[in-house]
Amino acid sequence: MTTTTAAPVAAGPVAPTRTARARSRRNLWSALLFLSPWIVGFLVFTLWPVLYSAYLSLTDYDVINDPRFIGLENYRDMAADPKIALALTNTVVYTVLAVPLHVVGALGLALLLERAGRSSGFFRTAFFLPKMTPPVAVGVLVLLLFNGQNGLVNEALGAVGVQGPYWTTDQAWIKPALVLMSMWTIGSTVIILLAALRQVPSELYDAARVDGAGFWRRTFAVTVPMISGTLFFVVVVNTIAAFQMFTEAYTAFFGSGNTTYANEAALFYVIYLFQQGFENLNMGYASAMAWLLFVIILAVTLVQLAVSKRVVYYEGDQK
Amino acid sequence: MSTRRVGLCGTVAAAGVLALAACASGSGEPTQAEVTYGSDAAMSGELTVMGFGTGDDVAQVRYDRATEELGDDVDVSLVEGDLDIQAFLSAVAAGDPPDLVYANRDQIGTFASRGAILPLTDCIAAEDVDTGQFREAASGQVTFDGEVYALPEFNQVQVTMADSSLLSAAGLGIEAVNGSDWDAVTQATSALVRRDGGALSVIGFDSKLPEFFPLWAKSNGADLLSDDARTAQLDSPEALEALELAVAVYDAQGGFPAVKAFRDSADFFGEGNQFATHTLGAMPMENWYVNVLNEVSPDATLAFDTFRTREGEPLAFATGSAWAIPAGSPNAAAACRFAATMVEQDSWLAAAQARADARAESGQVFTGLLTGNADADEEIRSTLVEPSGSPVWDQAVEAVYEANENTFSLPANPADAEFKAAWQDGVNRVLNGQQEPAEALAQAQEEAQEALDDAWAEWDERSDG
Repeated sequence: MTTTTAAPVAAGPVAPTRTARARSRRNLWSALLFLSPWIVGFLVFTLWPVLYSAYLSLTDYDVINDPRFIGLENYRDMAADPKIALALTNTVVYTVLAVPLHVVGALGLALLLERAGRSSGFFRTAFFLPKMTPPVAVGVLVLLLFNGQNGLVNEALGAVGVQGPYWTTDQAWIKPALVLMSMWTIGSTVIILLAALRQVPSELYDAARVDGAGFWRRTFAVTVPMISGTLFFVVVVNTIAAFQMFTEAYTAFFGSGNTTYANEAALFYVIYLFQQGFENLNMGYASAMAWLLFVIILAVTLVQLAVSKRVVYYEGDQK
Repeated sequence: MSTRRVGLCGTVAAAGVLALAACASGSGEPTQAEVTYGSDAAMSGELTVMGFGTGDDVAQVRYDRATEELGDDVDVSLVEGDLDIQAFLSAVAAGDPPDLVYANRDQIGTFASRGAILPLTDCIAAEDVDTGQFREAASGQVTFDGEVYALPEFNQVQVTMADSSLLSAAGLGIEAVNGSDWDAVTQATSALVRRDGGALSVIGFDSKLPEFFPLWAKSNGADLLSDDARTAQLDSPEALEALELAVAVYDAQGGFPAVKAFRDSADFFGEGNQFATHTLGAMPMENWYVNVLNEVSPDATLAFDTFRTREGEPLAFATGSAWAIPAGSPNAAAACRFAATMVEQDSWLAAAQARADARAESGQVFTGLLTGNADADEEIRSTLVEPSGSPVWDQAVEAVYEANENTFSLPANPADAEFKAAWQDGVNRVLNGQQEPAEALAQAQEEAQEALDDAWAEWDERSDG
């Protein structure tokens, strides 16, 4: 076994010996060697495509022929394209509806699960299982469950005397249907929040009880502040996912079952991006659209980060 | 982030983009392969076919003949399933295309304009393909800017299908719903529709919008695209009138969302289909559905006729598939021979014989085969299609073949996806109640023309330079 000589703290920094420097270099190379699969993968499959798409966004590129540099023309065209505004509006509306519902619903279920006792494991699995459903299958399920004529949702509403809307064919109800369907995959958020709930010190609840706080008071005065870091995380992650909504809506309203009735109410931004890139073969324009989405998501996330500094509590945070 | 760090990041990003701009060369021009086609040439090597599968007897029989024609030295492999455009174009761009693709005919113009597929003039000459046998509507879809880019096959056409018991109960005949008399269509819709409480329980007439808008428009004398495929004609008075009629049919039944939801809830391919359950009065529908109905509900009370113009003439909108050779195809000579064999008259006859035998064995009616090849169609009908003993199914066969003789199509153009999206979105906006028909078609016209202008400008520039 080799021995190392640690410099005494009181003696202050001293120049490392030649042996220590050599070992440090060896360690660096070893680390890089072990990291190299990831580094190569990142450079080839992430960084290069990202940078290349930035270049393509400045070109007229139809996938087959050479990209032709056109400067900022794609971005100017986007400003004049009414479908960009439509797709962005659809996406923002969906995000604003889906994310709060998703997070509040998941928190409610997590609070219930925390009280489930021994059966908690079963329910955790049960809630998470739908998350395993492929998104394409969820898209098909939307059409089946929300069919206005004989879908299960309207059957259930009919049982209590409510005539349900034409969720999948009436443009006013398509986004609400997709928002409700997004709850199908709530399980992963439930599990994350449940883990956070279990980290809340029980003495805080005991103290709150002694002070006479009821369930709601404890929830809002103890639970939510203590898990606010995790709540912030799931809000950010779900917001980004909502902005990238694609598979479920595409399968339901633009896929093989609905090739001709592509309702504009379901034209989310990434769907329009896909159409431009792979159906209309405007890959340069699609690249520009991708960069706009990146900037929007970045801006939204930065705003969320700024807000989080005021409302999120991290244990051990000295500020 | 400090100003210095921002500056550094900006410099790195700019340098990266500039470096990419400097070194990126894209895919390069697609290789216009120097191909030696020849009917006497011996074939060898590999042949990769994308977008085609041998899932039924008609495909299998012709595939067997085509591979036999190529000889033992050619190893044929199939990439089955519908043609994946993304995968195909990426392969072409990467210089590693398949040898042959099987595409929808309406994709050919776009592929040709991008240089993704080869013109087939030399292939056709070398393999003695008689293009005069191809139906005009099919040829039009594979001929771009005067050159043939693909060999067409199959024809899908529309005929009028109706529930004869519902028609009889309403005192109507098939002529009330075959499109020849628009007032009669509207009146029949009202006579046939039924509601149970507030919900629709029988669709009177389904005009099959948005997909059949070109059919309704043409039946009123409107061509949605000019013959040279350069000018959109979506907002003509005739097209507008057709859209108003087809939408009014839905409005009379509670609106399109209600009808569409009801349509979607049906067991379309099963024994509980809309005709078997008497929940649909009539609709124009593609000919393949005759076979479905014959298989799953042979005893349903049905009536068939062609779809007709306002003058009473039969009319159908032809669609189908085609064989195209990608630019840079490593084995274009074998691809050409394979495609030529697949569409030749003898191959169709052999395939039709196999289908007729299989139908006879299972006690079902052979309703014919629409090949896109007029001579093959005629021979198949005259030699293999026999009276079924059922006036209903004989009527269906008669209607299908009559429709096949009276087809039209939209000419190949370089912006097919955008053109189609423009008119479909326009029709959908009307069905959704977002716009009035005139406003929707005016917007669709503008969008379609802009897409066509851009695409043709690029093609003109490329073909000139």
